Amino acid sequence: MSKQMSKHDVLERFKDGMSIMYGGFGGIGTPPTLVKWLKESKTKNLTLIGNDAGFPTIGIGPVVCSQQAERLITSHIGSNPIAGELMQAGKLEVEFSPQGTLMERIRAGGVGLGGILIDVGMDTIVAEGKESVVVDGTSYLLEKPVRADLSLIYAKKADPFGNLVYDQSARNTNPLMAMAGRYTIAEVEELVPLGQLDPEEVVTAGAFVDGLVESEGVDWKWMWE
Amino acid sequence: MDVGINREKEKMVKRAVEELTDHMIVNLGIGIPSLVVDYVAEGKNIWFHAENGIIGMGKSPKKGEEEPHLCNAGGFPVTLKTGGVYVDSATAFALIRGGRLDVTMLGALQVSEQGDVANWIVPGRKVPGIGGAMELAVKANKVIILMNHVNRQGEPKIVKSCSYPLTAKKCVDMIITDMAVLQRKGERFQLTEVFAPYTIEDVLTYTEAELEVNRQSVRIREV
Repeated sequence: MSKQMSKHDVLERFKDGMSIMYGGFGGIGTPPTLVKWLKESKTKNLTLIGNDAGFPTIGIGPVVCSQQAERLITSHIGSNPIAGELMQAGKLEVEFSPQGTLMERIRAGGVGLGGILIDVGMDTIVAEGKESVVVDGTSYLLEKPVRADLSLIYAKKADPFGNLVYDQSARNTNPLMAMAGRYTIAEVEELVPLGQLDPEEVVTAGAFVDGLVESEGVDWKWMWE
Repeated sequence: MDVGINREKEKMVKRAVEELTDHMIVNLGIGIPSLVVDYVAEGKNIWFHAENGIIGMGKSPKKGEEEPHLCNAGGFPVTLKTGGVYVDSATAFALIRGGRLDVTMLGALQVSEQGDVANWIVPGRKVPGIGGAMELAVKANKVIILMNHVNRQGEPKIVKSCSYPLTAKKCVDMIITDMAVLQRKGERFQLTEVFAPYTIEDVLTYTEAELEVNRQSVRIREV
């Protein structure tokens, strides 16, 4: 049994109005082929959830720039000026979470928790409208979990079951989003036969992965190139 | 790039490196702080940490030797030192919130007399976003701000109270600017060093916050 999907299978999964999590940090570890197909799909009114808005031509950036999203839950949009312009123009609703808080909210969603208590963001805009909970005399913000209809992640290797091994700092948010997707598709550099991955080096168990796609590689130039 | 600006930055970065001792775990923010990694002396054993999931980040790679999948939190290529590891981003923040980060070096828009810091948004202008700054500012054991003493309009950045939205309250331990070094002492910052040719008077003129100044003990550093 293999979880490998065709481009057609993947495109069928993209629906208007759905929530999509995308792995990566500044585009590094964002699945380039899945993002390319998502842009091609011209799906609309998406809620995108990810660490940042990428760069205009890197990572999730092209999908943000093509205005397929109406909402973005993220920690940072500074590297994509078009995301800032869309936000200022009222064309993109942006919910900012501190980075570590966002990671734990995604983790909470993925591991089935009802929220997290955290003392970061107190006395700031982040705390506005949020419930405060006191535990043993210390105040915390109640931050709600985040899940997505679809998670698009990136890894170096997968076996047919979807056990994943990552590559260097391209791991970043991917293992968390693998868990938080109601349906998770992993784009991988290499598909290897079952039994070829060392069980001790697998970071994400295939039980969290629903579909696999072989990567066509990045079609963007890194900003330092 | 203007050579003068480079020298100013280098002065701040070199001063920042003096704060680092062997075996420390250190996070460097985007901008001037990110340059610190390249100024640490060979043989000094510092564990640089990055929010995207690197513990043990090494110097910048040579041109042509960049690895697209090995970058810092700002998206720029780095290297991994011997013994360095990769973790996911939640684990990278576990280290910060768990109290294991010895030092964070951050840029800032404003720092207040009370040690509040604002560094994530200029309302109505650019929208950089929070990133990991809130966790770093609240949870690092020592928070060092590296920034120019005044903004582009020539206005003080060390102010009575921050006018920009806060990143965190009462968290800054030390400020290194192109003019001076300030250390937290109780309710105020103490002026401890001045970079010549600037003088104590220059620093006071361009600082809005009340500072503690013991003229005899201020070290004038020749650059």
